Amino acid sequence: MTMLIPALPSPAPTGAGIFSTRSHACDARHLLGLEGMPRDTLLALLEDAAHERAWLASGAPNRSDLAGCSVMLAFIEDSTRTRTSFEIAARRLGANALTFSAAASSLNKGETLLDTMKLFEAMGAQLLVLRHSMSGAAAYLARSMGATGVVNAGDGMHEHPTQGLLDLLTLQDAWGGEFRGRRLAIVGDVAHSRVARSAIAGLTTLGVSVTVCGPGTLMPADVEMLGCTVAPAVEDAMAGADAVMALRIQRERMEGGLLPSLVEYARVWGVTQERVALMKPEAVVMHPGPVNRGVELEASVADSPRSVILKQVANGVAVRCAVLKRCWSAWRDAA
Amino acid sequence: MSTLTLFKGVRHWKSGERITVAVEDGVIVPMPKRGHEHARVIEVAGAVLAPGLVDLHVHLREPGQSGKETIETGTRAAAAGGFTAVACMPNTVPVVDTPAWVEWVLHRAEGAAAARVYPIAAVTQGQKGEQLAPLQAMAKAGAVAFSDDGHPIASAAMMRRALEYARATGLPIVCHEEDPTLRADGVMNEGFTATRLGLRGIPNAAESVMCRRDADLAELTGARVHLAHVSTAQGFDALRDAKRRGVPVTGETCPHYWTLTDEAVGDYDTDAKMNPPLRSAEDRAACIAAIADGTIDCFATDHAPHTADEKARPFAEAPFGIVGLETALALTITHLVLPGHLTLARAIELWTDAPRRVFNLPEVDLEPGSTADLVLFDPDAQWAVEPELFFSKGRNTPFGGRTLHGRVLATMMGGRFTHLAPEIEFEHTLVLPAAETA
Repeated sequence: MTMLIPALPSPAPTGAGIFSTRSHACDARHLLGLEGMPRDTLLALLEDAAHERAWLASGAPNRSDLAGCSVMLAFIEDSTRTRTSFEIAARRLGANALTFSAAASSLNKGETLLDTMKLFEAMGAQLLVLRHSMSGAAAYLARSMGATGVVNAGDGMHEHPTQGLLDLLTLQDAWGGEFRGRRLAIVGDVAHSRVARSAIAGLTTLGVSVTVCGPGTLMPADVEMLGCTVAPAVEDAMAGADAVMALRIQRERMEGGLLPSLVEYARVWGVTQERVALMKPEAVVMHPGPVNRGVELEASVADSPRSVILKQVANGVAVRCAVLKRCWSAWRDAA
Repeated sequence: MSTLTLFKGVRHWKSGERITVAVEDGVIVPMPKRGHEHARVIEVAGAVLAPGLVDLHVHLREPGQSGKETIETGTRAAAAGGFTAVACMPNTVPVVDTPAWVEWVLHRAEGAAAARVYPIAAVTQGQKGEQLAPLQAMAKAGAVAFSDDGHPIASAAMMRRALEYARATGLPIVCHEEDPTLRADGVMNEGFTATRLGLRGIPNAAESVMCRRDADLAELTGARVHLAHVSTAQGFDALRDAKRRGVPVTGETCPHYWTLTDEAVGDYDTDAKMNPPLRSAEDRAACIAAIADGTIDCFATDHAPHTADEKARPFAEAPFGIVGLETALALTITHLVLPGHLTLARAIELWTDAPRRVFNLPEVDLEPGSTADLVLFDPDAQWAVEPELFFSKGRNTPFGGRTLHGRVLATMMGGRFTHLAPEIEFEHTLVLPAAETA
């Protein structure tokens, strides 16, 4: 038996505590989520997005705010509206926008996500817009890569911060600019919804009350600790609300045994004309899309003047302009 | 040539009395009556001498996963943590599910191990939960228990047959209690942190329904069940209830369950990912209560090394498990003894006599005639956890950077030092008669 002699541990702690510092979350190169984003930052982004919206609508030529910036749009999970929206925003601001399609990629050849993304960094991409089915994927890359700014375009069931911002902008318009004292009802599959998590985080920071409701199988554990209240029925949630956000129901929820049928869901949780009438007269109806007509929303509600679904989509481009500018500016400051 | 070693003026782990213990030829001997030429003397003020610690639940990763750990590195880590014996889990590649593999582990340990290695063999072939492994033959080959750890036996009928068959060996079946359908694709504790991070949760009931099932099956069959790494308030209750009913069930828990909660996952920290997962503050309190009231029979680490690459994956893809051998004693002293939940003697018992009883391993004490499997430690010394200094190949610990109380100074197995802290100095001297050294 050999004598096993260790090096003496130094007396001072290394400083790497058990909780990560989340320094990357405060780094403006990245947009990983709306949780913890200060009120002032949220309002500044909304103000800038409102300016960009006016500019986008004016039909003015492309600008060069992002000249020299290569934006890699890495959509490892399928998306049409978010990817297109980011692409339009990036191009309108003069960035070099490239789309990475996972289906044809080396991700299928066993290369890790991180290794693949590092390739783009090596090729000179400064901003990475990531859509991934895994919660925490954006935070993971932000932590693991070098200088590249990471914009979360939806990570699993965690957050979808640009969706959250466009929802905030849409509500800001609908509510005449005042968030405080307002109440939003969120209906449906909160458990699997990154849209709901970003909306709850952003809205509660701005002083909005949020009520969630949905089938028990689609409510995450301890959801009220996110800062919202839980209503037992959709009528309770919508009564007197200033807006309702219906969440998309994925068909695989039926297969997973979480829902009996879409018909039952529509009957119990669907946002119908009758239920819309329970809200305040000026209250609006939102949906992140794509809508299952007749399921989350009655068709006539989706097409009614109360629906702001297409305004949400339009606001998406403006919000993404504001976000890309902020990240690019921080990237240059850090460089 | 035999060498006499003296632990001089150390404190007895149970009584706290100042004692001097002499070791020669691998066993504890009476204090010599006459002078002795080749004596090594260790004298550290305030140090406590105890039987070597025993860990009933480690993953040494051999055969097949030597990138994560080997029998050599894993037992070196054990020695550094004060352990002189470990029981290793069979979820290797291939699975230890034949007498030949049990013998292979023992043979491998003979040449390389810095601690006694007791193999735990699989309950079912390939840990698939379908067909019994040759339990009788593996018991003869040297297995000390059976377990499909990491792959809970889903079928209650299969579990019943396994217990009925294992009963003749007298060895316990060690159960990783987790209902596979309730766990589903969960990656951390179900609760606020999982909800906030958008990660799929594992509910407490995944553990407790299986604890209750297997307690009932132990009652039905009369065979012994040992509940591995119990983590939930409901799991502790199930164990408590089974004991109250006189069912032959024992249970262990691990340092991370009395130290941390699921908040430690923080921002997708994969070093806080293990299975069972870190639970809520209520579960942590229930863990400490179950330790204090005697529901828990012994401690174990569930030492589960992984490579840095594996742990650097995104949270959902990273493997479950943390290393534990080199922090176990200090976490026990820091989080159970110093806050007053346990006496030092009881805490040490849960790492020594208690696990030896559970697996029916040879007893060790500080009396002449006993095998010299010993640990000398300073319960008051503080040290900072630096994973890069671990003897284990695994650096996957959530305790990096923490300052803990309780430092292992020396570990001895069969009279030979398997670990020695660098500050320990031997005094080579002529030994005086007992009356003058005590």
